Parts: sequence; structure tokens; C-alpha cells
Amino acid sequence: MAQKLVIIGNGMAPGRMLEHLFEQAPGLYDVTIFNAEPRVNYDRIMLSPVLSGEKTFEDIIIHGDGWYIENNVTLYKGHRIVEIDRNARTVTSDHGVTESYDKLVIATGSVPFIIPVPGKDLPGVITYRDLDDVDAMLLAAQSREKAIVIGGGLLGLEAAAGLALRGMDVTVLHVMPTLMERQLDPAAGYLLQKAVEERGIKVITKANTKRIIGTDRVEGIELDNGTIIPATLVVMAVGIRPNAGLAKEAGLAVNRGIVVDAGMQTSDGDILAVGECAEVDGMVYGLVAPLYEMARVAAAHLAGDTKPAFVHSDTPTKLKVTGINLFSLGDFADGEDREEIVLRDATAGIYKRVVIKDNRIIGTVLYGETSDGAWFNDLKKKGTDISAMRDTLIFGQSFQGGAPLDPMAAVAALPDDAEICGCNGVCKGKITSTITAKGLTTLDGVRAHTKASASCGSCTGLVEQLMSLTLGDSYNPAAVTPMCTCTELGHDDVRRLIKAKGLKTIPAVMQELEWKTSCGCAKCRPALNYYLVCDWPDEYADDYQSRYINERVHANIQKDGTYSVVPRIWGGVTNAAELRAIADVVDKFEIPMVKVTGGQRIDLLGVEKEDLPAVWADLGKAGFISGQAYAKGLRTVKTCVGSDWCRFGTQDSTGLGIRIEKFMWGSWTPAKLKLAVSGCPRNCAEATCKDIGVICVDSGFEIHFAGAAGLDIKGTDVLGLVKTEDEALEHIVALTQMYREQARYLERIYKWAKRIGHDEIRRQIMEDGDKRRAYYERFVFSQKFAQVDPWSERVSGKDKHEFKPMATVGFHQAAE
Amino acid sequence: MDHNWIAIGHIDDIPLRGARCVKTPDGKIAVFRTAENEVFAIEDQCPHKGGPLSQGIVHGKAVTCPLHNFVISLESGQALGADEGEVRTIPVRNIDGQLSIALRAAALVAAE
Repeated sequence: MAQKLVIIGNGMAPGRMLEHLFEQAPGLYDVTIFNAEPRVNYDRIMLSPVLSGEKTFEDIIIHGDGWYIENNVTLYKGHRIVEIDRNARTVTSDHGVTESYDKLVIATGSVPFIIPVPGKDLPGVITYRDLDDVDAMLLAAQSREKAIVIGGGLLGLEAAAGLALRGMDVTVLHVMPTLMERQLDPAAGYLLQKAVEERGIKVITKANTKRIIGTDRVEGIELDNGTIIPATLVVMAVGIRPNAGLAKEAGLAVNRGIVVDAGMQTSDGDILAVGECAEVDGMVYGLVAPLYEMARVAAAHLAGDTKPAFVHSDTPTKLKVTGINLFSLGDFADGEDREEIVLRDATAGIYKRVVIKDNRIIGTVLYGETSDGAWFNDLKKKGTDISAMRDTLIFGQSFQGGAPLDPMAAVAALPDDAEICGCNGVCKGKITSTITAKGLTTLDGVRAHTKASASCGSCTGLVEQLMSLTLGDSYNPAAVTPMCTCTELGHDDVRRLIKAKGLKTIPAVMQELEWKTSCGCAKCRPALNYYLVCDWPDEYADDYQSRYINERVHANIQKDGTYSVVPRIWGGVTNAAELRAIADVVDKFEIPMVKVTGGQRIDLLGVEKEDLPAVWADLGKAGFISGQAYAKGLRTVKTCVGSDWCRFGTQDSTGLGIRIEKFMWGSWTPAKLKLAVSGCPRNCAEATCKDIGVICVDSGFEIHFAGAAGLDIKGTDVLGLVKTEDEALEHIVALTQMYREQARYLERIYKWAKRIGHDEIRRQIMEDGDKRRAYYERFVFSQKFAQVDPWSERVSGKDKHEFKPMATVGFHQAAE
Repeated sequence: MDHNWIAIGHIDDIPLRGARCVKTPDGKIAVFRTAENEVFAIEDQCPHKGGPLSQGIVHGKAVTCPLHNFVISLESGQALGADEGEVRTIPVRNIDGQLSIALRAAALVAAE
């Protein structure tokens, strides 16, 4: 029978430990986790990008709910363990759940340090530790008022940058003379302070907080020197201490943290501790790399392999504030037995310092230009004698051995055991060999198989260079391609910043994101218009002058300047009255061509622009609305005749297709969106090459997505099977909304899906019901503003100027 | 050259960053209004495949043809970027928002 493994805490260290354990000894343990936070395991390092709006919580989940189910892990969310009974070998949660264990792992992490000043308990004073803190900050940031961050270390500065990006007026108070003094020397600290101040953040160093002012909630801070700074939010980010109280109460050996040996064993043979709560050889850790090393060792011991032992190593520090590059490693204090090499470039804002002892690097600080960080780290780790390259050492790897190398060659020159990903301890050889062995072609693939760049992401560039190196031209590095020549930003950055900065007009986007042209171009304007329509459906005023002519006049321009008109024919089903109305319109306006389209509709080609409103008026009288055959939006929902008529039909595919089309018409999407519903796997509606397709089967509805039958030909992939029509509709709508919110303008579903990963889409749409319903609700909300028939609006006179010449001149002589 | 100014309407008849066309015996003329309220008139026919430039997206002092994305300068009528070609520009006069264009005398004569 499997032994019982209980884990207290559900952070990154125990999560990683379980991954190793399930790989090494599947089925050895029944695992139960108690998580004081009411959620799954997520990447805590990435909270700052969530705060700044560069990522969402979903982006940083490490193990979704599905992972716990797959691995038979029982996860108690929101259960804080209040007692460990070592005699009975049980733990008990604050909700009264008691579980017995054979092995117990304590991974309670750390708690933020609260400076003991008056007012520290006032509402509005928070710490920066988990997602709840981020949510609290985001809520406070909506006020756009003043915030104070106490602490100018890594976490404090990331919080300050995030709050500033969210529109708050931020002041950082730091007790030491320079910022991040534990990682940076004063010179680099000075450059950092300048960069932080350039972001509109005020920095006060040597600032001692005397008290926090406020009656019902925080109103400000008073410093020792009497200065009073008003604020509605105070974030304390002055450090953390191991959360070892529970272990202490249980009688385990505790110093600063829970004392463990190199095998992660506490003073009780059946209890291990990993993560920030553990103390090994007198050291406690807060960076992820050593914590992951602890996880690896603990997993091995749990699996029965007692050889691995935890060894201390220095971890480089990086700051995750977009646009600030700094790197710090090892020991860089001055000393008599030490030498240093320094490079400064004031104009470029570059500072590099390497500290050397006995011809070996012991510390490095890089500011402004950090690409050689991995190389210095490698030299330090190996204890390489640098005397031969001393003269050029500070210029970095490119200058060793004569000619300067390009960055690619620099990566190529790294030895196989050079560490690329510091967080996960992944070396170059592991990455290149895995790429080859597993046939990986995408960054996500490399992340999934090696974990390289999967935590803080700062080595992503290096990993991509390794991919280029290994795969040659077949890998197209995801270097950000600018939207157009008007900006340096790529589509993804622009979309993110529109949301993060709350930009709601095209001029606002161009101003805030520093567009290089006065009013954009024909590439960026339609894209921006779409992003704004999608993100602010109720607030944004659609800018028709930024739409392509087809969407501006709601018809398709043809090569001779005439237009084609395609009325909506729901699900491809029509009747005699509709056909008669179409025939009358064709006669009346002498329309030269009538064509049945591939989307089961009828196309009227060669209509003069001036005739469009009159054509629409006649079609409208017969009940037709625009088929939006011109739109980057919902086009058609093709159907077969289904169970009503077909002897093979399993469901009412026609009815479902019409229902979907009536629900979704009018919605704008990044590129055109074509759907189909087939009543059985014979697939007469050709649903398996559509953007989204449904194959009806006896047991329900198989939803397909990401097909293509245009420039590229690609069969769909299965999203999943659902039982009812209602579910099918909800899933399809949610998938569409996810695509609307994430894809780049003009990117079809199959390209978007390839980029972000089909598994991720399945996870969000099939497995995460809350997420799915949220997408669904947002689509429904947006439809309130989108489902207006553009043809009838124009029949009633909207945009009259579009359909008439401004003037007809010079003919009067002839006309008389 | 003798300018024969012909009134075509008011500047507000044209949307900002937009265009309207004017029918003349000499072919269609596209009249543009830029974001900065400047007015330009050019032949409504792209030098590439004859696309109606009046239907394009207006940006800066240029328009992108709706058929194949030629970008045409409204000031010079020249194709911008790597493309080559030229359309005729037409003199346009803006007096307190009242717009007039100057047609070639020959066009008017021909129409008679």
C-alpha cells in the first residue's frame, strides 16, 4: 500500500519536489497538500509582472487544478495547519481536517517582516507576498492616489514600479543610503535610483519610518526627521523571515528557520522541510534556485535515494522591472585582498564591476548591460584563473580571443555545463540535447521539457539563442516584430499596455506608447481600432476612419471599385420568399453576377457604391441583415441537414449552427472567423478545417478548433467533448472570446493557438469552468454593443457621406 | 495656367482622416482631409491597378490604396516607399472651409 505523504504549504518548492518525486517514484505515496492560500501552485516570482499588468494570474499558474487530479493529489485550498502531532503522526487544519502521515514535508515559506511602528495595523498597510497582496494593491491603485513603498530592495522596487505603471504616485522609502545595497554596490545603486526616478517614482534614502499616520485607515507616514508624507496605501517590503512557528510548536529544532541537514531532514526522521522556511548549514534562502535544489534533494530522499545532498551556491539576482537591467552575483565588498575592474559609460548608463581575489572572480555587478552575466557566473562558479584575459575581462566574452563575437557566437562559445537558467539550474548542454532528443521547436516546448526560462523568464533570450543555434534557420526566434514602422512595440505589448494603462482612444495609445508618426498608418490603425473595440466594448467609440474600406462601408470592394453584397443566411438555410427578394434586388439594380459562396450564402457582385443603401433597404424589407462577409469578425456558420433529414445525423446540427450564428453575429474578431457544425463524423459541413467546428456524435458534441483551409491547409484539433447544446455554445463562445482578447490583429485562430499552445487553450476552456464562464460573460457583454445591423443603420442615414459623391461638377454644359 | 475654380462643398463634408470623391468629366477626383485639417485633391485612381484612392485609409499626408496597399503622397501624388507611380494632383482652394478645385480647362471644353 502506498505510504501517506502530507505537505504543509503549496508554494514553488514543494510543487517542484512533487514533480521530481512523481518522476522518480510514481505511486509510492498518496499525497495530500494543505495550502493556506485558497489556490493552486503559482510562480510567485512573477507576481510583479501581474501587478504591473504585463501578465495575468492565469499566465503564472504552475500547476492547474488538472495537475492535482492527474496525479491523485488531494489539495486542501485555504486550509492553514494549526497543529502537528508528532506522536500521533497527524496534522490538523484550521477548518478541523486531520490527516495522518508517514512522511511530512513542511514548506510553510516565509512571512513578510512588519516593522514595529505605531499604525502598522491600519487598513491600507499591506505587505507584498502573495496574490491577495497584489489584488489589494490593484484595488488601491484604482484610486490613482499616493502610495508609499517601505523598502528599496528587490521586492519593494518591483512593487513600486508596478504601482506606478498602474497610475499611482509612488514614493519609495529606503533606510540605507543606496537602493538594493545587498545586491548592488553604491555606484550601481545610484544608477538604479536614477532609473527608478525617471519612471516618476520618488526615492528617499536614509529614511527611517517613525510612525504610520491615520485614524480609520492609513493617511500617511511620518519619518524620524519629522517629514510627513501623505499616502492612501503603504506597502511594507522590508524583508522576509522564515515561517517556522508551527515547527517550533511541534518541538522541532528551529534557529532562524527549521534546521535541516543536507538531505532536508528535520530533527524528526519522518519530517522534512523545504523552501524558505528551511535553514541548511546556518543559511536561509529566498531566491528560487536554491529552493528548487532543496526540492530536488528532498524528492530523492523521499524516493529512497539518500545520496543527493544540498550544497550552497551563489545565485545571481535580477530585477524584474521592464527596461531596467541589472545583474548581481556573489561578494562584491571592498577588501585588502581583493582587486576590482570597473567599466563606466555615463552616457549609456552602463556600469560593470568585477571583484577578483587570487585571480578568480568572486563577485560581479552589472548595470545597464547584463548580457555577459551568464559568462561571469560561469567563470566564478568554475573558479577559472582569469589572469590571461585580465586586460579585456570587463568587456565581456565577446572580446576574448581577438575579434569581437556577435551575441550568437557568444552563446555558441559557452561550454556545455554553463548555467543558462539560474532559477532552475539548467545548463546549456541539457537544453541543446533536449531540443535535439525531443525534436522541440518552440520556446514553450523547451520550457515544458527542461524548465529553462520557465520561472522568472529573464534568461528567455539566451534560451532562444540556443534554439536558433541548435535548430538553425528552422527556428524563428520570437524577437518582437514591431506592429509597423510607426512603433517599436509588438502587437502583444501594445495589447497589454492598452489594458494596463487603460488607454481608450487611438490618440491616447499613440501618445502614451510614443508612436513615431502623427496618426499611424494603414497597418497599425485598424489593429488599434480592433484592440480598443475588443477591450472597451462599452466605452470606446469605433473609429471608422481607421477601418479598412470594407468594414467602413459594410460591403466588399472589388477590383473595379464596385462592391459585393452578401446577406446573412442563417446556417445556410433559406426559403422562397428570401430567394424572391434577392432575385428582385438583382433585377432592380441590374446586379451583374449572383454567386453561391463557399459559406452557404449568396453573393451579389458588381453593386455600385451609391446603390448600396438602396440594395440593403430592399434586402432589409425581406428580413435580411448584413452577412458581414467583409468583416474581421464572425462570418458564417456552415451546417449540414443533421438529424432532421439525414439518416446518419446524430444531432440537430442545423439548429445548433443557426443558434450559434444568431448568438455570435456582429462580433469583431482579430481575423475572420468561420464556423461549421456537422451532424455526424461524415462531416458534410467540413467542420474539421474551420476556425471552430463541431462534429455531432451520439454522446454529444465534439468541439474542434484551429483548422485552416486557405493559405495554409490544416485539420482541426479536438478541444473536447461536451454533452449538451448549451455547453457547446458556452465553450465555443468562451474560446472565441479568449481568441478575441489574446490574438494579434489579422492572426487566425490556428496561428494564435500554435503560438500560445493548444494545451493551454484546452486547460482554460475545458478544465477551468470559472475561467470559461468569465470569457463567456465578457463576450455576452460585448455583444450588447456589437449586435446592431450595420445595413439598417445606414439605410436610416448613418454615414451618408460614404455613399454619395461630395459633388458632381463640370457636367452642367453637357447636361443642359 | 488659368484656374477655373469650381466649388465642391464645405470642408466639414469630409470626415477627418477621410476622403470624398467628386465626379468630373475628367474622371473622379478624390478630395482628402487630413488629421491636421489640410485638404488635398488627387485623381481617384491608383497608379498601380486603378484602385479608388478615396476609399483608402488616410494617415499623415498620405493614403493607402484599398486594393493592394500602395501608399500615395497627397502632396506630390507620388507613390511612397519602394513602389513607383504617380497620380495627378489637383489644385484645391480652402476659403473659410468652402472648398474649390481647379479643373483643367481642356476637361471642361471636352465636356461641352
